[in-house]
Amino acid sequence: MGDIRLIEVKEEILADNIKVAAGVRERLQKAKTMLLNLMSSPGSGKTSLILRTVEGLKGSLRLGVIEADIDSTVDAEKVAARGIPAIQLRTGGFCHLDATMVTQGIDAMAVNEFDLVIIENVGNLVCPAEFDTGAHKNVMILSVPEGDDKPFKYPLMFSICDLLLVNKIDYLSLSDFDMAALRGRVLALNPRITILEVSCKTGAGIEGWIDWLKAEVAAFKGLK
Amino acid sequence: MARAGACDQIVNKGDEGKDISMHELPITESILKIVLKHAKMNSARKVMAIHLQVGKLSDLEDDWIQRYFDYLSKGTLAEGAMLKIERTPIMVQCNACSTSYKAEMARMGDLVCPACGEKDGTLLSGREYYIKEMEVQ
Repeated sequence: MGDIRLIEVKEEILADNIKVAAGVRERLQKAKTMLLNLMSSPGSGKTSLILRTVEGLKGSLRLGVIEADIDSTVDAEKVAARGIPAIQLRTGGFCHLDATMVTQGIDAMAVNEFDLVIIENVGNLVCPAEFDTGAHKNVMILSVPEGDDKPFKYPLMFSICDLLLVNKIDYLSLSDFDMAALRGRVLALNPRITILEVSCKTGAGIEGWIDWLKAEVAAFKGLK
Repeated sequence: MARAGACDQIVNKGDEGKDISMHELPITESILKIVLKHAKMNSARKVMAIHLQVGKLSDLEDDWIQRYFDYLSKGTLAEGAMLKIERTPIMVQCNACSTSYKAEMARMGDLVCPACGEKDGTLLSGREYYIKEMEVQ
């Protein structure tokens, strides 16, 4: 048996992704296109929110959408039916998008023509939190039926987001969801997060989300 | 094997009742790539062990990384290498009095500084994700 040597490596496991993500951010900064990564569990309302956003931004911001799905094009078809350019990425089995996949999405669209591109990430609160997509803003949805205890189960996701949308507030009267407790738990994990309550079904609170988007895009463009 | 992906659907409960998900696979691919690069740079003939530093906030499951690694590394210099994972504790610094204290993942939503009772804190460690060193021949 030969001698065993110890080699110092000290290399980030996700270094490649971090590098590609930084490249995506810089490229879109130059194009003056804000990239927003939308994450949530399956069925919490990502596609419904995007459809509301299409309506809300009509005539003000030019919106493009990158849809990620394990293996279907259902979401992109719904968005494209509203006249919004939508790219569908099939993640080929992966449970999240990484920056390389996002690069394929933005390569496929003329990014200069958009003020805002929303990525609809794969429905999942674990893996997308670990992989930087290159987005300038991270937004998550938690829907009322999922429960107010989710910050305990998925702390990383809550801690990396700039905005939390609590969706399906029309269900509040039917559940024991404690909004004050949720806010306390989320703010303890991430004091700089903004929390908005919405219902994509009734439209309640959607105006606040649209205002937030407009303000963020304006700030993004102004910072150049 | 179940189709990789849809990991929120393909979950098993581990010993601690923790969700096991499938994002270990792309992470293991990255580990192997980096390990083989350093093995080549150092003219190693065989990789015996790999020391990883992983923060406790990560959802990675040690057993799954080793299993994926064994599968992916077949026929490479790193075949049969042991992954030794050291977990970095979650450390938080109080935003009011600057005391550093240890936190548990499940209680991250209820942080309270043991010295002054302040709830706001800044994460000092717990998100590490790197290869520290490796043992080669």
